Amino acid sequence: MTLEALLVVAAALFGIGVYGALSQQTFVMIMMGLELMLNAAMLAAVALWAASTGGSPKGQLLTVIIMTVMAVEAAMGFALIIGIYRIRKADMTEKLKRLRA
Amino acid sequence: MSTSLTVDIAFGLFSAATVVAAWLVFRTDSMVRAAYWLLASFAGVGAVMVLLHARFLGLVLVLMMAGEMTIMAVFMVMFMMNPAGLNPMTMVHQHRTAKIAGVVAFAGLALVGLVADFPDRPADRGRDPTADLGRELLGDSMLIFETAGVTLLASMIGALALASKRGRYGDAEEGSAPPPLEPVAGPRTGADTVTEPEAEADSGEHAGMSHG
Repeated sequence: MTLEALLVVAAALFGIGVYGALSQQTFVMIMMGLELMLNAAMLAAVALWAASTGGSPKGQLLTVIIMTVMAVEAAMGFALIIGIYRIRKADMTEKLKRLRA
Repeated sequence: MSTSLTVDIAFGLFSAATVVAAWLVFRTDSMVRAAYWLLASFAGVGAVMVLLHARFLGLVLVLMMAGEMTIMAVFMVMFMMNPAGLNPMTMVHQHRTAKIAGVVAFAGLALVGLVADFPDRPADRGRDPTADLGRELLGDSMLIFETAGVTLLASMIGALALASKRGRYGDAEEGSAPPPLEPVAGPRTGADTVTEPEAEADSGEHAGMSHG
């Protein structure tokens, strides 16, 4: 388990997340892509904390902050999905081509 | 960072499982299954974090994601058509661009990871990282911790405001009313701002857009 291997795994997760967020049409699936990218960021942060910071607790704190971002993203995403569904009956990006309801 | 053979094997298994599960998220027909594949991917990352001695963070990640993915699966059943994936379907757009972007992101980040010269200062195994994190959260970095808490509170309030059925300007289903041509005196009440034919066209369109 080297730092390089960990960072390559994180890069693979991030790449899959980019692919998902760009290619999916359903809102919830796009959110899954975003979460995968944050997942990769968290893995890279913990890997660097373990290998290059000498175990400084500030590295773990960064991961806690990424987790907060993840929770905020999930709460806001679900709220927006409900809001859009109420107004436009839309569950896919293609239904929002027109800005006006 | 030198590790024992057992840890190396466990790392290989968990990281392979994580990447495969992440890939299956976008390959399965069933969206509920996609949510659980994503949970599997997070669990793999949590296990790798435990291997890296960030035990608290790894377990918190798994706990948090178990809750979130359950909510996500419920959302799939509530809002999406064909959540069970009984019919094979692909719901993707700009597939080629997305694939290229994903590969480029992977190649770029992996290159940075392989080429960059990070300092070699592994964490001291004698110390307890969880205790360190606790002292940091309630000591020097307390302000950051509290800010994260307030941010979460604000996002909860914002999510409630966005998702509530009735807001300050009327029901959420009505959508936004077009502004009146003549300036109206007094507060707008909603119904009188829409001219009749347009209002009918709008409601007809809404009925047409709804699906089962």
